[in-house]
Amino acid sequence: MNIVVCLKQVPGTTKVNIDPQTNTLVRQGIKNIVNPFDTYALEEGVRIKERYGGKVTAISMGPPQAEEALREVISTGADEAILLSDSAFAGADTLATSHTLARAINKLKQYDIIICGRQTIDGDTGQVGPELAEMLGIPFVAYVSKIEEIDNGYMRVKRMVEDGHEVIETPLPTVITVVKEINVPRLPSLRGLAKARSAVIPIWTAQELGVDKNMVGLSGSATRVIRVFFPQRVHHGEILQGDLESQANSLINKLREAKIISGS
Amino acid sequence: MGIQIDLDKCVGCGECLSSCPFGLLEIIAEKVYLREGCTFCGACQEACDYQAILIEAAAEAPAAGDSYRGVWVFAEQRNGKLKSVAYELLSRGRQLADTLGTELCVICFGHGINEAQQLIAYGADKVYLMDAPALSSNQDDLYTKGLVELIEKYKPEIVVAGATSLGRSFIPRVAAILKTGLTADCTGLEIDPETGLLLQTRPTFGGNIMATIICQTKRPQMSTVRPRVFKKGTPDGRRKGQVIRVDFNKQRITSRTKLLSFIDDITEAVKLEDANIIVSGGRGVGKAENFQLLEELAGVMGAALGSSRPPVDDGWVSYSHQVGQTGKTVCPKLYIACGISGAVQHLAGMQTSEAIVAINDDPNAPIFDVATYGIVGDLFKVVPMLIEKLKND
Repeated sequence: MNIVVCLKQVPGTTKVNIDPQTNTLVRQGIKNIVNPFDTYALEEGVRIKERYGGKVTAISMGPPQAEEALREVISTGADEAILLSDSAFAGADTLATSHTLARAINKLKQYDIIICGRQTIDGDTGQVGPELAEMLGIPFVAYVSKIEEIDNGYMRVKRMVEDGHEVIETPLPTVITVVKEINVPRLPSLRGLAKARSAVIPIWTAQELGVDKNMVGLSGSATRVIRVFFPQRVHHGEILQGDLESQANSLINKLREAKIISGS
Repeated sequence: MGIQIDLDKCVGCGECLSSCPFGLLEIIAEKVYLREGCTFCGACQEACDYQAILIEAAAEAPAAGDSYRGVWVFAEQRNGKLKSVAYELLSRGRQLADTLGTELCVICFGHGINEAQQLIAYGADKVYLMDAPALSSNQDDLYTKGLVELIEKYKPEIVVAGATSLGRSFIPRVAAILKTGLTADCTGLEIDPETGLLLQTRPTFGGNIMATIICQTKRPQMSTVRPRVFKKGTPDGRRKGQVIRVDFNKQRITSRTKLLSFIDDITEAVKLEDANIIVSGGRGVGKAENFQLLEELAGVMGAALGSSRPPVDDGWVSYSHQVGQTGKTVCPKLYIACGISGAVQHLAGMQTSEAIVAINDDPNAPIFDVATYGIVGDLFKVVPMLIEKLKND
């Protein structure tokens, strides 16, 4: 079983602080991490390998320092890792990103299951997985919470939807995105850490992937961010005063006056 | 392609520093220097009085947009009944279509759908209806191919769909096939009066930052839109429109994946998305058994039970109760947050509620920033008191 896990290095927090002087994001002291949702993808890949045999290849597109993220996933079970890095890839939206990833996965030639996290914690789009599936021309299942069985070129999975779970059967190769309910990622082993230190992580550039520079990075992106701003929260709320009973009475009266709840 | 800084023109004034939303600019030796991570948003270019910063615009594609006309709403159904997000999008879609002076079409795939006239009453000019037994459940593969075919045939300029599990899993595939842009989970849609482009605004970084995104050169412009952001309009039974039945071609449109079964998670009487009142618990509830107290309050009020993420992570309640960024977006008349601190990811899912009551023992909890009424106190005292008062009436 050839398993490919796609992952992204992201800032370690979404609690971006604002410098009151300049009104910009404070980036200092924010550590980069592997996108948390992608750690479930990696763990699931490793579990499939442990159960069915095979190899887990981790792929990430990003700046040179994204190599750290790939070393980290080697320490938690990836067999190999490849970094897609080139200045031509910068500024990519999900369309250009999935195109680049698809080219890399095609270059691997052999793949049965491609696993992505449900979304990243910085962009929050959740679009790269499904777009990648289409570019590879293979089926896709989102929000997988359990892999029930893999057999004879097919995989049966449980996926989460708003009001429950669907059980879906898909032929391989396939792309899935996973939710955090699927597993509890393991911690790095000592052997894994040693392997991560010595691992050679190849860097594939635009040239190695043979991509048209107009299909990747900002040039290959269909969307463009034209404005970024901080959401305004205007507070009109009221903290109820008094002892417990008068707070409760006051709340119920206010809700009734506003006709939010009924009653006398 | 990218950003050019002309160091000869730069005087090191530092005016641009505060314009960068990512704080990537700094002044070193009286010249501006850009760190990695630029998204080419152009804010610094505008801020520079010396024309020292130049963003090279994306190569203008031939005016592909001209042959594309009309605003489309993909209307999602479940068991033949349309989801409310379809009507919410219809109300916004109508405004977009009117601004552009074009038609508003609804695309609906399913089986046994009898709401076509109602869609017209709510603002649709045309309803493209593909009705077949195979489409009754949400079959991603069939929907993907069906929608691509229709878009290629009729060439709409804008296509929007709800950012539901279904929308967020199959709409990206449609966009990838059409090689066009897609903006996820939008909370704002406007037409730029100058360019006629769709301005798509969405939260990013877990809701800490808002970004406005355009799709300039590819068509259609596509967005998934967060449910409960736009308000459903009022129907006008006299509106005229066209219902166009589209044949479902079984030979051409097949599914590789197979839906084997559906397991319903929701056990309680009131569904979260449809509830007028939601009683919701967070980490402060402490343990699974304590949710019974909230269920009791919910019972007295005829409310649904919600949750922030930690109780779901710890297995106190099931995921179907989760409200927030990775759960459901709700907009009830009343949301009662008990022991919820108010992380931005949770606020993203409930802050448009008409009234919010926060009960928390930490007066500094961010939930109080969005609360209409706040009670600083122990939820294990406040909630029983409320139950008693409401019961006695």
